[in-house]
Amino acid sequence: MKLKEIAAVLNANISCGADKLDEEVEMGYSSDLMSDVLTLDTDNLVLLTGMVNLQAIRTAEMADIRAIVFVRNKKANQPMLDLAKENGMCILESPYSLFKSSGLLFQAGLKPIY
Amino acid sequence: MEGVWGRLFILKLIFSIQGGDFTHAGHPSSEVKKVLKQLDIDGKTIKNIVIALYEAEVNVVAHAWRGTVDVEIDESKITILVSDEGPGIPDIEQAMQAGFSTASKQVREMGFGAGMGLPNMKKNTDELYIESEVGKGTTVKMVNNFS
Ligand SMILES: Nc1ncnc2c1ncn2[C@@H]1O[C@H](COP(=O)(O)OP(=O)(O)OP(=O)(O)O)[C@@H](O)[C@H]1O
Ligand SMILES: [Mg+2]
Repeated sequence: MKLKEIAAVLNANISCGADKLDEEVEMGYSSDLMSDVLTLDTDNLVLLTGMVNLQAIRTAEMADIRAIVFVRNKKANQPMLDLAKENGMCILESPYSLFKSSGLLFQAGLKPIY
Repeated sequence: MEGVWGRLFILKLIFSIQGGDFTHAGHPSSEVKKVLKQLDIDGKTIKNIVIALYEAEVNVVAHAWRGTVDVEIDESKITILVSDEGPGIPDIEQAMQAGFSTASKQVREMGFGAGMGLPNMKKNTDELYIESEVGKGTTVKMVNNFS
């Protein structure tokens, strides 16, 4: 699925990486627990999370995750966006809950890791 | 490769970590990642290394008072030493078990504290050694070989 399709499905604001919207991601993972995200072996995925802090961006950086959706209408702050930009990430912000966002993307064909 | 001049190269990096300072956690991992990319190490190996280092950094931030990261890179491997001054780990075997955590509420609110870090460091390194003295601190040594 292209990142721009994900943004459309989630009615999301693109706060970083508007130039990356044509990139494809195959899988999605939803978690507020960075401890869990760090144990994943997959990397071409989009992370959906309500954990909106610098550590979420750092975790994605280390895990080679190139796109994050922040759910529940939470906004990334400037230091987070700076770090995301430095790492060439795409940051989306959706007004929907983690459950609804995950469900909509699953329905649209985004695959789970497991 | 051993020659008259010894090993081909050794690169050393040193960083400090402040307990409780989540904002700067990840800076050492981030720098190490950049250096390894420049050295053309393969992506999977880089990911293993920086995940393990990031987990170790977060452990110092979450559980200890202050610490240092010493990185040594030569042509065949990376050796990382993360040493802290802190409460230490009374039972290392127990701490290594997935799910064991003494993380505070504050740490859990940051998205950590699932008791996954130490097992994940084991998974992502070729060698992992932990030494700890209660009331003094903990030293974690990690080695990853370049393939
Ligand atoms: N540097 C350290 N100093 C003191 N205690 C530590 C240190 N590292 C780990 N521990 C102890 O070992 C436990 C397990 O560590 P581990 O990294 O596996 O999980 P965690 O840090 O609690 O959670 P997670 O890593 O999933 O965010 C910790 O909860 C803590 O009690
Ligand atoms: Mg940990």
